[in-house]
Amino acid sequence: MEAKTKIHAEDGKQELLITREFDLPVDLLFRAYAEPELVEQWMGTKVLKLENKKHGGYHFVTTDPKGNKHGFNGSIHEFIPNQKITRTFEMENSPFEVQLEFLEFEPLTDDTSRLTMHVIYRSVALRDQLLKLPFAQGINMAHNRIQEIVGKLIG
Amino acid sequence: MNLRRDVFQAIADPTRRAILLLLASQAMTAGAIASNFDTARPTVSKHLQILTECELLTQEQSGREIYYHINAKKMKAIADFIEPFRMMWEQRFNKLESIMKKYKTKK
Repeated sequence: MEAKTKIHAEDGKQELLITREFDLPVDLLFRAYAEPELVEQWMGTKVLKLENKKHGGYHFVTTDPKGNKHGFNGSIHEFIPNQKITRTFEMENSPFEVQLEFLEFEPLTDDTSRLTMHVIYRSVALRDQLLKLPFAQGINMAHNRIQEIVGKLIG
Repeated sequence: MNLRRDVFQAIADPTRRAILLLLASQAMTAGAIASNFDTARPTVSKHLQILTECELLTQEQSGREIYYHINAKKMKAIADFIEPFRMMWEQRFNKLESIMKKYKTKK
């Protein structure tokens, strides 16, 4: 089965593309980003602030399994319902600098849609470091399954 | 000049990904690899050169022929590197999808 979420990270570029197709109409997909209660559910975070409008901002706080709190925040530059969100994203108290995100929502059929996240980092090195982060933190629970797939690929 | 060429540059290209998949099952000569593509032979050679420089492929002389092999160790390094990041988003988006499907039926 083809992976639903795709990451396109070209070498030497300080950006990446995350694309995902959903079995959801575009308005429902967008709503998952627009309504704080929904953001809390799927992101597993607490929404302290979410002003979805130009000149707006957001502030989320996530508690990790050890009980440590991690803050995330950003400014919203564009908010076009069912089409586009342009925002910045910053991990608080981390060495990682703010990144710029373009989120584009498009309908594929009446019941399916696609999200394209174009993320721009300050440098190539920073992007590569961030890509490595989930691995470093051991977040990935499906790691064994990946090993299996890679195992098959490399025989 | 092949400055700072690495595995991520190598796999950014669809033809090169196809070559890697092709070689995953068996070692092949450049000619045999090229016969699987509509691309011109020199283009395929260029791809093989890049993949070899990035150590994703190794060459092995067998008589007069040179066979290309996949370097499993290096392949695994790529998968280890980017897969966890992809899986993190995959899981997050799966959750979004299932929550919104319920939301739809609730409405």
